[in-house]
Amino acid sequence: MGTSVFYFVATLSIFFALMVVFAKNPIHSVLYLILTFFTFTVHYVLLNAQFLAVVNFIVYMGAIMVLFLFVLMLLNLNKENEPNKTALLKVVGIIAGGCLVVTLIGSLKSVSISSPLLLKNPSLGLVENLGKELFGPFMLPFELSSLLLLSAMVGAVLLTKKEEKNNG
Amino acid sequence: MESLSNKKKVLEQKPLNLAERMYLPAIARGLGTTISHFFKKSATIRYPEQQREFSLNWRGMHSLKRDEQGRERCTACGLCALSCPAEAITMIAAERKNDEKHLYREEKYASVYEINMLRCIFCGLCEEACPKEAIYLDGPIVPADYLRKDFIYGKDKLVEGPLDK
Amino acid sequence: MDINFVIEKFVLITILFAISLLIAMYSTYAERKVAAFLQDRLGPDRAGPFGILQPLADGVKMFMKEEIIPANANKWLFMVGPGLAMLCACIGTAVIPWGQDMVIGDRVIPLQVTDINVGLLYIFGVISLGVYGVMIGGWASNNKYSLLSAIRAASQNISYEIAMGLSIIALLLVSNSLSLKEIVEQQHGFNWNFWYQPLGFLIFMVCAFAETNRAPFDLPECEAELNGGYHMEYSSMKLGFYLFAEYINMFVSSTVMAALYFGGYNYPGMDYIAAQWGPTWAPLFGTFIFFMKIFAFIFFFMWVRWTIPRFRYDQLMNLGWKTLIPLAIANIIVTGIVIALTNNF
Repeated sequence: MGTSVFYFVATLSIFFALMVVFAKNPIHSVLYLILTFFTFTVHYVLLNAQFLAVVNFIVYMGAIMVLFLFVLMLLNLNKENEPNKTALLKVVGIIAGGCLVVTLIGSLKSVSISSPLLLKNPSLGLVENLGKELFGPFMLPFELSSLLLLSAMVGAVLLTKKEEKNNG
Repeated sequence: MESLSNKKKVLEQKPLNLAERMYLPAIARGLGTTISHFFKKSATIRYPEQQREFSLNWRGMHSLKRDEQGRERCTACGLCALSCPAEAITMIAAERKNDEKHLYREEKYASVYEINMLRCIFCGLCEEACPKEAIYLDGPIVPADYLRKDFIYGKDKLVEGPLDK
Repeated sequence: MDINFVIEKFVLITILFAISLLIAMYSTYAERKVAAFLQDRLGPDRAGPFGILQPLADGVKMFMKEEIIPANANKWLFMVGPGLAMLCACIGTAVIPWGQDMVIGDRVIPLQVTDINVGLLYIFGVISLGVYGVMIGGWASNNKYSLLSAIRAASQNISYEIAMGLSIIALLLVSNSLSLKEIVEQQHGFNWNFWYQPLGFLIFMVCAFAETNRAPFDLPECEAELNGGYHMEYSSMKLGFYLFAEYINMFVSSTVMAALYFGGYNYPGMDYIAAQWGPTWAPLFGTFIFFMKIFAFIFFFMWVRWTIPRFRYDQLMNLGWKTLIPLAIANIIVTGIVIALTNNF
């Protein structure tokens, strides 16, 4: 049953991911992206990574995509004020996309199908095990990444602050 | 400006102290106030079923009175219509037949008596003008209706019911 | 799979769904009655005795009203909005433990749809998803005012989600588990989390008020002052769904507060009752107590609504970001220090 569910959800996620690209309306695009993230959440649940699933659910679907929607809804994107795409831009786009495809195909060719990675602990994704792992062997990288996020936040606050006038 | 009356009070706005800035005590007091009203007697009533007592000088719907033998008192003199500042009253007078003596007190009576309740301002001047004590504004509230024509009240609605024996 | 298991869960889900809808229905009635009593009035009393059939009358009215979809609205999303709001409101009840395991004959029936070990985070996720119903509805209406109120609502919800999450973290430090069942089981008897986390509860409650768009945080839908809100273009049962979802949210957040901080189905003297009544009826009595707590919270929601005036938008943001979040962080730190000290010495 597990594999059939996986294939079903995987098809859905690919379909929604394609719809993100092909949707004309940017809002629809974002909504499809949300659905894509939802299928990812299901994938995490299938992989028994419950914590990751819920965090993906809360952070990506519940917070980041809301901000995306926010911005797009305020932008008022219409057909009329869409910037003109000149022939040059289209050519550049095709070249860039083609380069990406070539790179992807090239990298895929060099990768041979590896033996599936088996987790020593199949319930590693449960909250308790993940916590022990994060705050045990991976303590330093974890704290460093939190520092990185903090500095990003401070930077964002600094950028939004208006420059104060020189009044002593 | 100097205050001449010495009654002026200057409002002092002190900065809020910590308890006030937390707002929680104030919110608790507000909740206390509202919950105290939960147990108070309600100020409203279920209107059409329950009705409040009218005050003594209440002026409501008009009624055309009968005398102690059950005869209509109105003699269609027209003083009420004349005194009405809103021109709400009209009537048509008729002469009493011999076999109608038990119905009307005077020799002349109002065969049609109409009050337009949309015009009426319930001032009570008709009541004061009436020499026969035939009209009183002692009825209930005039009810609402849908059509203008239904607000013209004829004798069917205005005359008191026949006296019980 | 055990067929009894399927039947059991199906019955439980059906009952839960019915109860949520019923409570939401009668919340509208209770709201008007409570408002009336707090204002020395009588409230609705025409439909049935004491107006008890008022919700039915309202429901029929909602269904019979003309349904309008604005000309330039995005038709699909316009319909998805209220559905999404309703969906997010309803699925929250899945992980709530409604009572201790019930024993009928020799079968143990858990009074909980599912006990996932990230139950608390699941509820949090469902809450965060609730924003989409509002945003999609507001945008799809193709009305600037709806859009602005939708964005106002969404930013309010996101802001208060943060403080809510932080207040839950302090609770997790105390309970050591994310499973709601375990959290409730730990609060056996009168050992409620509220005694350990009063500040956390206060923050959580304020955030719950903001998340459910209840007064004094009802900026998203104050019909009188700031235009109709995100559901301005909605009519008929679509509007009904939005309003209904709000009441279900109120029910769910009351449930979560009662379960997390006030012991859920635990009550003082429960061991005595369990010994007297046996394992079939004692859990049901616990469930009854749980619902009493929930109703008390719902009443409190309404009581507050008719007491406190609405916040201004900047006050709302100041309270969320500059007061609640620092308070919640301080609460985490203090809780952490106390737990570290009590465990080590």
